[in-house]
Amino acid sequence: MKIGQMLRPFILFMMGLALASCGSREREVDKASAEGILLVGNGTEPKTLDPQLATGVPENKIIQALIEGLVSYHPTDSTQVSPGVAESWESNDDYTVWTFNLRDNARWTNGDPVRAQDFVYSWERILTPALGGEYAQLLYVIKGAEAFHTGQTDQFDSVGVRAIDDKTLEVTLEGPTPFFPNMLQHYAFYPVNPTAVEAGGGMTNRQSGWSTLENYVGNGPFVLSKWDTNQLVEVVPNPDYWDADAVKLKGIRFYPIENAKTEETAYKGGRLHITSTVPSEKIPSLKKSMGDQLRIEPYLGTYFYRINVTRKPFDDVRVRRALNLAIDRKLLTDRVLQGGQIPATGFTPPGIEGFQTADAVGFDPAEAKRLLAEAGYRDGRGFPSTEILINTSEAHRKIAEAIQQMWKENLGIDVGIYNQEWKVYLDSQSKLDYDMSRSGWIADYVHPMTFLEIFTSGNGNNDTGWASDEYDRLIGEARVATTEESRLSLLSQAEAIFMKDVPVIPIYWYTRVYLIDPRVKGWSPTLLDNRPYKGVSLEGAPATNAS
Amino acid sequence: MFAFIAKRFIQGIFVLLAIYAVTFLLVAATPGSPFSTERAIQPEVLAQIEAFYGYDKPVMERLWVSLTNALSGEFGPSAVYANRSVTDIIAESFPVSIKLGSISLLLALIIGIPAGILAAVKQNTWLDYIPMSSAMVGICLPTFVMGPLLALVFGLLLQMLPVSGWFGPEYVILPSLTLGLYYAAYFARLTRGGMLEMMNQDFVRTARAKGVSESTIVWKHCLKGGLIPAITFLGPALAGIIAGSFVVETIFQIPGLGQWFVRGALNRDDFLILGLTVLFASLIVVMNLLVDIAQVVLNPRVTYD
Repeated sequence: MKIGQMLRPFILFMMGLALASCGSREREVDKASAEGILLVGNGTEPKTLDPQLATGVPENKIIQALIEGLVSYHPTDSTQVSPGVAESWESNDDYTVWTFNLRDNARWTNGDPVRAQDFVYSWERILTPALGGEYAQLLYVIKGAEAFHTGQTDQFDSVGVRAIDDKTLEVTLEGPTPFFPNMLQHYAFYPVNPTAVEAGGGMTNRQSGWSTLENYVGNGPFVLSKWDTNQLVEVVPNPDYWDADAVKLKGIRFYPIENAKTEETAYKGGRLHITSTVPSEKIPSLKKSMGDQLRIEPYLGTYFYRINVTRKPFDDVRVRRALNLAIDRKLLTDRVLQGGQIPATGFTPPGIEGFQTADAVGFDPAEAKRLLAEAGYRDGRGFPSTEILINTSEAHRKIAEAIQQMWKENLGIDVGIYNQEWKVYLDSQSKLDYDMSRSGWIADYVHPMTFLEIFTSGNGNNDTGWASDEYDRLIGEARVATTEESRLSLLSQAEAIFMKDVPVIPIYWYTRVYLIDPRVKGWSPTLLDNRPYKGVSLEGAPATNAS
Repeated sequence: MFAFIAKRFIQGIFVLLAIYAVTFLLVAATPGSPFSTERAIQPEVLAQIEAFYGYDKPVMERLWVSLTNALSGEFGPSAVYANRSVTDIIAESFPVSIKLGSISLLLALIIGIPAGILAAVKQNTWLDYIPMSSAMVGICLPTFVMGPLLALVFGLLLQMLPVSGWFGPEYVILPSLTLGLYYAAYFARLTRGGMLEMMNQDFVRTARAKGVSESTIVWKHCLKGGLIPAITFLGPALAGIIAGSFVVETIFQIPGLGQWFVRGALNRDDFLILGLTVLFASLIVVMNLLVDIAQVVLNPRVTYD
């Protein structure tokens, strides 16, 4: 055999490559646009599509297409709610008892009508401790829900939700909650189909098989049509949806692309209409090369450092204030992050209607120095060695290094950085086994309460060891305040106390940065990245390739 | 030969049992748990979840239960992905990895071995220097550079091939090239080394003196022995290429096994970690056995003992 003969398969392979180049490939986005199918980058493989067990953003984005709650998302304004399964609702004068009137033509994909009893069943399911739904605590706003969820009673009758008839649901709350409809947008409140859940293994079975491709029953604008692990999840319009005429897309394909660079390449290679994110280090260059296709939108979340106030020297409020004042947030967002993030001036992000954003945090190195000296560490002398805990990620490390540098320059203190894997980091944080810990909090619903209530004493998400009677009192009063105005003012006062005591150092407010094909219409910015897909459409004509 | 295989087989089973137990205990000793959540969860609720997955029992009891289940081929549910058992996950993703792996390996052999032979035969000419320096580049260039580079050239610039995904034959080309070229480089260098060693043996000199033609010397006398290093490498390469192609799978969004390795570890999905470790260990045990058998067949200096 001659060497040329041995190389023949290789030569054939290369010829095959060359042949493939003769016919120019049709870009998938062009084909899909013509068909009206939206191609979406969706982060990771969904862990489940059961709304009562799901916890992540990728899961949320798919579930919103498949299941509809009592209320739905407003197409353009995320501080408003639109009717969903309920066509109307009203509350009593003090917002403690709510009545929802369900529409007659709301149907499950198995043909069952959507009834008020289905919501009672669903809420009992998520509140049953054995199910272990992570978001069950959102339902604590309902009277008696906490006692039932923590096993103090096993009588669901004691929980304030009942079906007056098939089409009327009455919910009694723990206290006045005018923003209850906003909360209902969260998937924790979504209904599940009792027949399907029972057939899949029963109400409280975590491994219930109802939410698989074959067995899925929803009531939303789309139905699940394909679920190939690690490849794609596809949904197509639901012909029996009550508002089917409003649904313009012919389908949505969600691709679980974990790597931001792969996703960016996929977008440029014509595989996606919308990405879930972009590689953060490429934002400056993408701003130049992609123009309007790169969108930067506010996202209701705060990036912050928790301080363990039970440890020295952080038990001294002057030290915490000094650390807080020695961070130049503008420099951080402009130079290090470059993704349009907003330097935080308080804990609750802006954008919530009627709520005065706090202006409590600034950059004042002189005052920071003075406070640190007052606490006994002039120019950082004698400051104990401390560390910032981050979960393993280049992005978090970059920010921690910048802050480390600022503290070194402005206060003269040396702070270390160490990283732990996600699950280990969560453990350390909840056990208060850290000095300072990187954290983030994304709103569950559009209201300052979702940010401020987590720092009441004894709240499982506090994780700082900080407690203030005054703060607890103000949050408690805000919960039962009879007017929204007084509630927001009480929350403002609470935030002022919180920011004076600085158990956390707010750093920046999130933005969502993504690429979007100009043919996608009706994709408006939303504070929580929730998508009313029924308003989204695609312009058929293939656009020019801007990359 | 049968006794040899039987002996190695029994050894393999003990190796696997030991790996299982050690992995289980290591995972159990690691801080964090599959049920740690970002949002605080009520202790009452956490206790129920732990009981559901059997985490309320002592470690040794859990090991025993898990080991006996594993022996009957049942690795339990994923602790993180609802409605999926570890067996389902492997059954779904393993064929993808085998497909990608075998095509890549084939490519690696088709490119690497002839290049190595050519370089050895034409030692110290440009036919040696060019393939060998490209092989050096290939070894040094990690797949996370090669992959995006190929995607950039063939996907974005030439628009010939899809940049990522796994939906048809054309989607296989770039990932298998990325993975194959990397291993081809190794095979080329190993083959060249093996061939050169053979060609400097006394019997080759004798053959040359007797006037045997150069091609007979290369193909008849040297090839068998010259391929031994490459064949020894074949075992670990095959196991690595099938199970360890995480980077390539991430770059090209391929639904293979490699992604689950990393995801299992990051999610602390204990059952999945165990299942995959056993699978990978079995692959290595089997591959090494096959390589040992091949060694005996090819190399007269090695015997069954």
